[in-house]
Amino acid sequence: MNLDSYSSWGRYPKIKPKDAKRVFWINEFPNLEEIEGNILPYGLGKSYGDSCLNENGTLIDLSGLNKFISFNEETGLLRCEAGVTLATILDYFVPRGWFLSVTPGTKFITVGGAIGNDVHGKNHHKMGTFGCHVTQFELLRSNGTRTICSPEQNSELFSATIGGLGLTGIITWAEFYLKPCPSAFFAMESVKFGSVKEFFEINEASDKDYDYSVSWVDCSAGGNNLGRGLYTRGNHASPKDYNLPPLPKPGLIPFPFDAPFINNLSVIAFCMLYYNKQFTKKEASIVHYNPFFYPLDAVDGWNKAYGKNGFLQYQFVVPFGNDEYTVNTILREVVKSGMSSFLTVLKTFGNIKSPGMLSFPRPGITLATDFRFDGEKTLKELAKLDEIVKFAGGILYPAKDARMSGKDFFDFYPEANEFVKYIDPKFSSSFWRRVNSN
Amino acid sequence: MSVMKKIMIFGAASAIASETAKCFAKEGADLFLVDLNLDRLNTVKNDILVTGGKANIEVMAFDATNFEGHNDLINSAIEKMGGLDALLIAHGTLPSQEKLNQNPKDIVREFNINGLSVISLASFAANYFEEKKSGCIAAISSVAGDRGRQSNYIYGSAKGSISIFMSGLRNRLSKSGVNVLTIKPGFVNTPMTVDMPKNLLYASPQKVGELIFKAMKSGKDIAYTPGFWRLVMFIIRHIPEGIFKKLSL
Repeated sequence: MNLDSYSSWGRYPKIKPKDAKRVFWINEFPNLEEIEGNILPYGLGKSYGDSCLNENGTLIDLSGLNKFISFNEETGLLRCEAGVTLATILDYFVPRGWFLSVTPGTKFITVGGAIGNDVHGKNHHKMGTFGCHVTQFELLRSNGTRTICSPEQNSELFSATIGGLGLTGIITWAEFYLKPCPSAFFAMESVKFGSVKEFFEINEASDKDYDYSVSWVDCSAGGNNLGRGLYTRGNHASPKDYNLPPLPKPGLIPFPFDAPFINNLSVIAFCMLYYNKQFTKKEASIVHYNPFFYPLDAVDGWNKAYGKNGFLQYQFVVPFGNDEYTVNTILREVVKSGMSSFLTVLKTFGNIKSPGMLSFPRPGITLATDFRFDGEKTLKELAKLDEIVKFAGGILYPAKDARMSGKDFFDFYPEANEFVKYIDPKFSSSFWRRVNSN
Repeated sequence: MSVMKKIMIFGAASAIASETAKCFAKEGADLFLVDLNLDRLNTVKNDILVTGGKANIEVMAFDATNFEGHNDLINSAIEKMGGLDALLIAHGTLPSQEKLNQNPKDIVREFNINGLSVISLASFAANYFEEKKSGCIAAISSVAGDRGRQSNYIYGSAKGSISIFMSGLRNRLSKSGVNVLTIKPGFVNTPMTVDMPKNLLYASPQKVGELIFKAMKSGKDIAYTPGFWRLVMFIIRHIPEGIFKKLSL
């Protein structure tokens, strides 16, 4: 078994499990109690930091647990094994008029991972998190018991497992609602904004009429251009209202090799081109769901573009109020630091509450940005950003994290003190040991 | 393109064959699925039904090395479905050559699973299809059956026996209008190869399963899956034995 492939998406930190066990059949799990040391479920390793890693422990690789179990054509209720990917669901169900209720910016994640991280997407303001659409799942604990968890049955374990970072047991199958969609296409509008203030104005005008919204921010532009970017908003496109183009041919371009293509120069060039590719203030288009939701999925292994040292993603949410000030301060700090970040994303969360105990999204504004890992320097800069976020009453996202302090984690998530009761004694992760040790 | 509405599959819970079964079910074919383990078969059956098969699906737990049961099982499938258009034999194991070198008594069992049971099943089905004067018999051989290599020549020779048998059967049945298809997959990323280090030559079971479906529909004789293996194996077959025996393959 090749253990090198069990990395996280940011490829930082570089740590390895001592073993990994692949599971292919839902009723044929290894005896978890007999495994020496800690265990952690692992899907496709798209968590950025160390929440999907288990140094010197064992990973239970569930990507082979990929069968559908049942589907209700009337209600859209789908039941499948935990290793089924969002990509597979889209492949089979979009042609039949169903879409994921919630999807993050990559479709190459498993259903188990979507629940364990309680992922969110461009429609948080309308649909909440992935966990909001889960009706029940089966949880396998290390003592061999299989428990059905739902809002009615074992509701605490249900709530602890949604966003529970895989620590409460192994989700073997899950049931959740898909939502009807009129086609594979989206009617999209892209609007330029010159500042964070203008972002908020456009956002306020868009929230009601658009199911999906997200913005890209030019993180290389300071001064008068600080906080400029492109606001993308859209809705499902019905063939009744639009002339839909033919379906695109599938295919991935693999990223060829490890290379630090992303540096200050390339980032500035990219941002300039990207911001200025749109000449007019507003552009409308009809696009397939792939470029609309998953532009980066088109390049298989794009994370290698950050070079072999890997990268860190930084995502926070700050409550509404002094949000504009906070975002501006953070952007100024990022521009000043000269850290290269070609993908910075800004989005407001709505007030739909997730059942997840440790769920990250909450009303406010969220910003996510990537930084190439340049050693201590990067960590120091991010610690500075922490102070700004904390001052504004914000919190960080564990699924993206590889460095927040234990104190910060328990301050951000006071529910974690309740959560620990539901952790399976045999389960642990590198993330969990880190936030409990410093 | 022939119409295939009633399909029987051995090794139907395998990663490759279950993908082929999905393709047939999507077209509305009825399926008779055979594998060792009933629980696995039911898992596969549900997966096929959800992904778009409105078809009738029968499942049957059966050990292919139960040679005495071959004829009855095929007959009961024909009876249940009211006929048979295609048979896909896809079961198999990948034994460790090293372990077989140490315990040669296990060779009989491996040869029974990977070679003889396939030959026996295809032979019983052949009599039915010969009389019917149409249909398709497909069996999964392997690129490993094209030439013996020290790393897996027991597996390879069992698979090679299938290739030679299928070639003879094809010769016999061509005048009856029955298509005999030998499938030769290369490396596929399945539970069978879970412990092997992966490289660019590995294909997904979805892709290979689909290629088998297409090959069965198009009436091919021999299908390398994916197709580039035809060239790779052409070269490997043509290396002179004097050189080949010294290679560590």
